[in-house]
Amino acid sequence: MKIGKARVPYLLLLPGFAFLFTFFILPIINLAQTSTQTPVAGGDTGEYEQSFAFSNYINAFVDNREQFGRSFLYATLATIFALAIAYPLAYAIAFKSGKFKNILLVLVVAPFFTSFLLRTVAWKQILGEEGFVVPTLRSLHVISEQTTLTSTAFAVVAGMTYNFLPFMTLPLYASLERIDPRTIEAAGDLYANGLTTFRRVTVPLSMPGVVAGTLLTFIPAAGDYVNAAILGSPNTKMIGNVIESRYFKIVDYPTAAALSFTLMAAILILVTLYIRKAGTEELV
Amino acid sequence: MSQKIKDATIPSIPTKARISRWFGRNMLRIYMLFGFTYLFIPVAYTFVFSFNDSGKSNLIWKGFTLSNWQNPCGAPEVCNALGNSIKIGFLATLFATILGTMIAFAIGRYKFKGRSGSNLLIFLPMATPEIVLGASLLSLFLVFKINPGFWPTVFAHVTFCISFVVVTVKARIASLDPRLEQAAMDLYANEFETFRRVTLPLVAPGIAGAALLAFSLSFDDFIITNFNSGTLITFPKFVYISAARGIPAQANVIGSAMFFLALAIVIAIQLVNRKKAR
Repeated sequence: MKIGKARVPYLLLLPGFAFLFTFFILPIINLAQTSTQTPVAGGDTGEYEQSFAFSNYINAFVDNREQFGRSFLYATLATIFALAIAYPLAYAIAFKSGKFKNILLVLVVAPFFTSFLLRTVAWKQILGEEGFVVPTLRSLHVISEQTTLTSTAFAVVAGMTYNFLPFMTLPLYASLERIDPRTIEAAGDLYANGLTTFRRVTVPLSMPGVVAGTLLTFIPAAGDYVNAAILGSPNTKMIGNVIESRYFKIVDYPTAAALSFTLMAAILILVTLYIRKAGTEELV
Repeated sequence: MSQKIKDATIPSIPTKARISRWFGRNMLRIYMLFGFTYLFIPVAYTFVFSFNDSGKSNLIWKGFTLSNWQNPCGAPEVCNALGNSIKIGFLATLFATILGTMIAFAIGRYKFKGRSGSNLLIFLPMATPEIVLGASLLSLFLVFKINPGFWPTVFAHVTFCISFVVVTVKARIASLDPRLEQAAMDLYANEFETFRRVTLPLVAPGIAGAALLAFSLSFDDFIITNFNSGTLITFPKFVYISAARGIPAQANVIGSAMFFLALAIVIAIQLVNRKKAR
């Protein structure tokens, strides 16, 4: 191997990594610094100085533990619902759709070409007071006159489930599609019935897709605040809503930074534990 | 004997059992129908309400009109926001595709010290919630007294698009047959020529796919944009701001047009691929 050649990969990496260092690593370090600042005595709003106040973290967590809990609860529920909806869908496309496979795959992704926010607003209007769903359910006495569908935890979780569904469906499809149909035939030859084959062959072989899909759904869902802002109420505020209002409405940068850091750490720990447990480390 | 019994029992299967058997056989198909209906409800709603003769607030159906489609800039803020989104998306895609492709070649083609560390650096931005990315960039811009706006938004978008470009292009590089390049070398092509005439054309579809992905990620991004754009309004931001008082029907026109445009692009790619495969 030529000596000059050893430099090639580093030269290729240099511009991109310089960019990521400036706009990803530095901001994260800076965020860590901001998170331990306190207001300047007698300064303007938004003026802070470094004082290594690690108590910011404790205060931020204690004050917002409810929203933290809600973020992880809603994200977990949305992930479970998305898995329940996406698995049969991906299974049907991978095994039962014959020559329509590619068309159906395009149709799964297609709704997501319409802006994410437009679709969320559409759900708000469909499920809202002026939509057709609520009056219909009321006239059928499925829900009472006082019950609403929007501004509830149900609406927020439903919105997140819908919005992150392709992140679940695509990895599931990718891993189901790769399963050799002969392994399923072999299970049948060994007198396994349909359910046993599914449970002992199909599901284990699709685990990489399940892990990738649940991560790709859970991570954005835990940090999301758009669904809660549009479909929820003050009682369904998630940690993202708190961070947003700390930045823009209250100009409390240290608390916002401490909350962001806590959220990131919590997600990283959960993800690491989950990948360990699921036993697929080839993801990264 | 047993054959006889079977033949005799077939016609006398009760209707109930027959229905349940039909459901059993078609369960997945029925499920798919429900699944796709669920997926398309908000898209259909957006499309239908793009024809609403609604005036300012597009909440209740008031009558059919084509005027929103004939004059999508009838609500000028919509077009202004759309223009910003397209400009930002184009620039972010350009930078992210160039930087990401270079990284993908380095990681996909070479064994070098720090390779696994590089993989980690690519994975981290994807594993970081958008709100943390957005908030951390904003606090950096504030420290350096850079006002949020057009360019900070572009750089923020490049940051989260790079990783997706790397992953997409790397997958394409990994699927290349190394023998094609060896053949080029055997035919006395030098390294540069092999790259230009063999490797690059083979990787090109992956790069194009990565660019499309980057553009759609950038175009649809709200959270990171909201943190770094200051007073600049992009299309998703416009929808968010006007959600409370009802968005103008022209926004539905643009959303629906984007849907059909993207669908056309994907179908065109599929057709080209199929032709090539033949």
